[in-house]
Amino acid sequence: MNDTIQSIETAAELRGAVKKYGAVTALGGVDLTIRAGEVVAVLGPNGAGKTTAVQILLGLARPSAGSARLFGLEPREAAARMRVGAMLQVSKVPETLKVREHIHLISSYYPRPLPMREVIAAAGLGGLEERLFGKLSGGQRQRVLFALALCGDPDLLFLDEPTVGMDVEARRSFWEQIRRRAGAGRSVLLTTHYLEEADALADRIVLLDRGRIVAEGTPAEIKARVLGKRIRCRTRLSLAELAALPGVRDARRPEETGEAEILAAEAEPVVRELLARDPGVSGLDVRGAGLEEAFLALTGNHQIEKIETEVAA
Amino acid sequence: MSAQVTIQPGSRSLGRIYALEAKYELLKLLRLPAYLVPTMIFPLAFYLLFGVALRHGGGGTFDLATYLVATYGAFGVMNAALFGFGVGTAMERGQGWMLFKRATPMPPLAWFAGKLAACMACAAVMVSCLFTLAATVGGVHLSAGQWLSLAGVLVSGTVPFAAFGLAVGSWVGPNAAPAFINLLALPMAFASGMWFPLQMMPGFVRKIAVFLPPYHFTQLALGRIGMAGGSGIGEPAMRGVIFLTVFTAVALYVAWQGYRRDEGKTFG
Repeated sequence: MNDTIQSIETAAELRGAVKKYGAVTALGGVDLTIRAGEVVAVLGPNGAGKTTAVQILLGLARPSAGSARLFGLEPREAAARMRVGAMLQVSKVPETLKVREHIHLISSYYPRPLPMREVIAAAGLGGLEERLFGKLSGGQRQRVLFALALCGDPDLLFLDEPTVGMDVEARRSFWEQIRRRAGAGRSVLLTTHYLEEADALADRIVLLDRGRIVAEGTPAEIKARVLGKRIRCRTRLSLAELAALPGVRDARRPEETGEAEILAAEAEPVVRELLARDPGVSGLDVRGAGLEEAFLALTGNHQIEKIETEVAA
Repeated sequence: MSAQVTIQPGSRSLGRIYALEAKYELLKLLRLPAYLVPTMIFPLAFYLLFGVALRHGGGGTFDLATYLVATYGAFGVMNAALFGFGVGTAMERGQGWMLFKRATPMPPLAWFAGKLAACMACAAVMVSCLFTLAATVGGVHLSAGQWLSLAGVLVSGTVPFAAFGLAVGSWVGPNAAPAFINLLALPMAFASGMWFPLQMMPGFVRKIAVFLPPYHFTQLALGRIGMAGGSGIGEPAMRGVIFLTVFTAVALYVAWQGYRRDEGKTFG
């Protein structure tokens, strides 16, 4: 296999992937391609279908419709799995084996595993090699799971919510390792619900909500679409009038407060125009829109319905 | 699986994977007191107590020290396999570890073979210790051929109870598994003549016994030292072998159904 072929190779692909659990649709028809050497972040709130997408790609779950391929192969084939490493949300690893022993065993499954000392160094496990897994702290356990995903030197690394529970410093050094991986030409697919994490790592962000892709692009493109200002105020202007203001992406007026909520790329032009048209504006409040607002803007009203059903449940 | 896309598995060695899987399964078990106590300590301690210290309590001519070598041996082997597979499988399944392993290129049979080899090794160590106790402080006299053939039957008994454990572990949750297996193993051991000769038991226990896998295992072991009839209801060896073979097949089928159910949760 020469470099030219690898550079155009597709590492992983979902086509029209649907996953239903009984009446619940976890994934509602997703197309996703990860090219060789690409870092893709699948970003979305809890329950968006991120883990389901990863499980289908890994051959751990069969799609109700559509297909999944790893390096052009059926994901369950050993030849495909030998090129893949996965960090899944595992609550417990057998506790009576040492860190070194776990890595040794998992490494043996792969044709060209990384040398032990490289795995230990990359996962930041130096000095812990002889420690039983059961004696490790939460953060150290996460690092072991990362080491086990990495030890086969995979062409494609799956990281399902890898930094949940990590402190800021641990997260930064973890990011550094993922960047190094990507720098070496390997593909990474990570799921996260932190926009910051997706922004820091990914060549491409796929925004998933309720089992569907709602936005896809480079971090810059996504941020341009999702980051903006949220303006709140009391005004006599109608929602239609508000939506017509310059740069407004979304306007709504939740019944509980009666206040208008406006999402816009920039606040100043909107506020200037708003005050010009309605001098009686009161309770003006301008904030940077967070990811929650971004989802609101991108996914429309159903996000609010979702929050309400969650509260009701 | 399509046959035409066969990529060479590179330099990984299947033999090495199987060997490492067995080695680390064994290490896992040896570091787990919750495993070693019922499989190693119980049979040896019970033997010292009932087979050596209290053997003359009954006063009869019955050779309890020899009888209990076979039956406590069978008891320890059953525990080694039931707890090793049952609790181990339930834990690894319930906590996501099995899912992770399924995502690796591990040959699925390596997992089973490694666990079986580890349980067999523990069983063999326990049987050796028990035989040493019996031949020394127990004053048991058997021919070399009898010792060997008894050891062979006992260690082979790992297979049906490993299948049994796998079946239980494939359905029961990680928290319930140890208690569940104790609830299965202890009454079965008792009713199968593993602790006391069946002839000392009420008649209804003997009627139940013939339906229990440990009973047939125990009878096979006793048969190797000419004591299968000693319980008063001896069985031809062939019947025991057939019973345990069918039982193993059923248990593996139940385990397979449990595995399919797990896949259904993700595979549906």
